[in-house]
Amino acid sequence: MHTLEEIKNLVEQNVPGAVVQIVPNANPALAGSLLLDSKSATDVAEYLRDVAELKFDLCSNVTGIDWPSKEVKTKIKKLVDGVEKEVEEITKTPAFLEVVYHLYSTVLVHGPLALRMRTIDRAENNRVPSLTLVWRSCELQEREVYDLFGVVFEGHPDLRRLLMWDEFKHHPMRKDYVPPVDEGDAVEVSA
Amino acid sequence: MSEAELRADLAKHGIVTTTLQDLYNWGRKNSLWPLQFGLACCAIEMIAASMARWDISRFGAEVFRPSPRQADLMIVAGTVTKKMAPQVVRLYNQMPEPKYVIAMGACAISGGPFRDGYNVLPGIDRLIPVDIHIPGCPPRPVALLHGLMELQKKIEADVLTGDQRPRHLDASKPSEFPIPQFGPDGLVPSRNVELTTKS
Repeated sequence: MHTLEEIKNLVEQNVPGAVVQIVPNANPALAGSLLLDSKSATDVAEYLRDVAELKFDLCSNVTGIDWPSKEVKTKIKKLVDGVEKEVEEITKTPAFLEVVYHLYSTVLVHGPLALRMRTIDRAENNRVPSLTLVWRSCELQEREVYDLFGVVFEGHPDLRRLLMWDEFKHHPMRKDYVPPVDEGDAVEVSA
Repeated sequence: MSEAELRADLAKHGIVTTTLQDLYNWGRKNSLWPLQFGLACCAIEMIAASMARWDISRFGAEVFRPSPRQADLMIVAGTVTKKMAPQVVRLYNQMPEPKYVIAMGACAISGGPFRDGYNVLPGIDRLIPVDIHIPGCPPRPVALLHGLMELQKKIEADVLTGDQRPRHLDASKPSEFPIPQFGPDGLVPSRNVELTTKS
């Protein structure tokens, strides 16, 4: 099994236009993952599947993550009334959706390798390229991510809701989803 | 001497008497045909109850019917999702009267551990009338048999005439219940208000 850096270098050398970042994971039990760029993701995925050293021929799992906007406090030095003072500035990180793919190789018996793709935001620009044409096993799972997180997979052959009904308007695994309150139910008040 | 005492006394002399009501109820309670229909893990316990070890046929309820038209008893065994709920009500509506419902397990009663889930109906009794609730997660086969015996007791106590007569003998009472529609936020309506105000 190659390290993440080796895989990243292989991809960058062999796939023209590939933009790959390593997302480290502090937990030593978990490997990091590769963050792909939307434009080159399909090419990179095909390369990972086909190249003789890697042969990631099985996509075992596709899941989604909702990253809401976060407030980050940074201390900066600023001139206030002519005196330099340390002031806390609050900036908001952009909210986005993320899709995670777990790859294995049944031929070379190694894995998992985690791929990530991120959308620009959670509303209009919620698109990532579909990897269904690279790994057919993604079809159902990408539908599930579309249903529950609202990520639109471009190029998916049959992007319909999977668990919820077609008339349903929400994406229930998003952090800001609030289930409808039934007036007939007693409201439980926790102390 | 009461009617029951008189009957017991006559039986000692080898004379068996009965009434139409007793015969009718005796026949019905010993031939409850369940609808063959399971939704989740409770269905496995229901299947176990129908096998040789627990043997639901001792109670005349072994004829699991694949069609609602031939079934008397709906055992709602498992989690009812909101996507499945209209189909459950539709199947119930297609069953001929007299018909009974057993809500088996925590999920069918209240949604159980999945109550707050986005796709779980918090109890089937908000859409169709439930005769017997069997708690458990899942209930063991003996609990299902106990529920079945309680239902038999309920049927045995039915009176055929008067205000207390069961629903299937009262033309003014409904035998079909509204099927909820899929809405943008959830089921519409989310519950049958007539059912909840009654109980």
